[in-house]
Amino acid sequence: MKKNIHVVNVNDFAKQQSLIISEKTLAKTESANNFLTDIANVCLFIVRFIKESFAKNHEFKEFLNQCFQIGYKSLPLISVTGTIMGLVLTIQSRPVLVNFGAESLLPGMVAVSLIREMGPVITGLICAGKIASSMGAELGSMKVTEQIEAMEVSSTNPMKFLVVTRVWAATLMIPLLILYADGLGILGSWAGANLKGDVSFTLFFSQAFSHVKFLDLFPAVVKSFFFGAVIGLVGCYKGYNAGRGTESVGVAANSAVVVASLLVLIVDVIAVQITDMVF
Amino acid sequence: MNEPIIDINHLRISFGTQKVLKDVSLQLFNGENLVVLGKSGSGKSVLIKCIVALLNSDSGIINVLGEDLSKLNSYGLNELRQKIGFLFQGGALYDSMTVKQNMEFVLQRIRRNLSQQERDEKIMDVLENVGLADALNKMPSQLSGGMRKRISLARTIVVDPLIMLYDEPTTGLDPVTSDEISSLINKVQEKYKTSSIIITHDIECVRATANRILMLQDGEIYMEGTLKEYESSKDPLIKAFFK
Repeated sequence: MKKNIHVVNVNDFAKQQSLIISEKTLAKTESANNFLTDIANVCLFIVRFIKESFAKNHEFKEFLNQCFQIGYKSLPLISVTGTIMGLVLTIQSRPVLVNFGAESLLPGMVAVSLIREMGPVITGLICAGKIASSMGAELGSMKVTEQIEAMEVSSTNPMKFLVVTRVWAATLMIPLLILYADGLGILGSWAGANLKGDVSFTLFFSQAFSHVKFLDLFPAVVKSFFFGAVIGLVGCYKGYNAGRGTESVGVAANSAVVVASLLVLIVDVIAVQITDMVF
Repeated sequence: MNEPIIDINHLRISFGTQKVLKDVSLQLFNGENLVVLGKSGSGKSVLIKCIVALLNSDSGIINVLGEDLSKLNSYGLNELRQKIGFLFQGGALYDSMTVKQNMEFVLQRIRRNLSQQERDEKIMDVLENVGLADALNKMPSQLSGGMRKRISLARTIVVDPLIMLYDEPTTGLDPVTSDEISSLINKVQEKYKTSSIIITHDIECVRATANRILMLQDGEIYMEGTLKEYESSKDPLIKAFFK
């Protein structure tokens, strides 16, 4: 039986393959180029933010307004989150500690876990969701509706008025929100301990704070400033560099939340490593 | 005719590989309304954004009020921008501020020497001129499209600019409101002695406001002349606009 063998001209085959390779190379070069351009844009944005932060004519009134928007208006959400954090941690940990006869360590354990890790990270993630998305959406819609350009033509520096004020407000307010969440978390923990027992408020708090040392609080506070800066910068960068259509407002808000949450976790890992090495 | 207050020579600008403006030259003279007409995407908005340096040109010289834009530092550019009013297509009112705050925001930055009382009087005067004195404490979201345009115009003229740039002032408005905006443009020119560039493709607005018309087509100047010359033109493209 005769077999049909498909014969291909060697030159055509080589030409076809080289074309495929060159197309793939071009596509990869372009995506690498876009990635590097993004990195460069982020660096330029941060440099411009630092430069404008220390330039003359501060927008102090707008900074206070942003502190109010970020700090005060986040209180209800952070109150609920902080209280539930402490309450759930206590309810979950209590049976295990009872099995080991270490129930008396419950207040100290909850306080240390909340102050060192859970309070900053969970509050940081909640703030990334609320604050970064709101900044991304607000600045994104201002960009789409030409409000940022209108600011520029009326001799106002939009970077200073919109970005510097928001990032500094987030950097200062988020650590305060985290400390507030820690406090409410311990209060929630006391409520949780009283669901199946009877512990006085004074005893619970004195036991909780007797286990907390300065070195538990200090690194947590320091890293929370970085969480605030990261959340503010990501939210503003995504909004300020949003595209032209209305769709880009949603994209800016969404990517602000995703990137800010991811960066909060990355900053946390780095902070834990540094704390571990230094203290 | 007198000295031009805006003098653009051989302006070129492109975005990536797309050439938006190819060798555009134009002049705006004191006290005139120059209408820039053209199809969507012909580069009209890009042209006026170059005049206030919101976009940087690839080449060419833009001279505004005797200042070469390419030679100005950020301080000089801010000083120059204070003399130019820009009415954006969508109004660009600040959503988070009331009408009064929108106007105060601009006044506080450009007319710093005014007292609060003088500022309030100025705001009321301008709002009365655009017929919206009762909208003082309203938020932009409570205003209709035409009202937003008029408030935006009020915000622009509150600082007494010498030059007005209108980016499609009547787009998206009903014919009655469009006529009102066109009359307002003439009223602003008479009362505040401004010189204006009006970007539009609304022929009724052109008829009501133009002293001189310049038509852009594919990033190049297609025709320059008076309303009479345009209306008597036999060019098919011009006829399509003025039919």
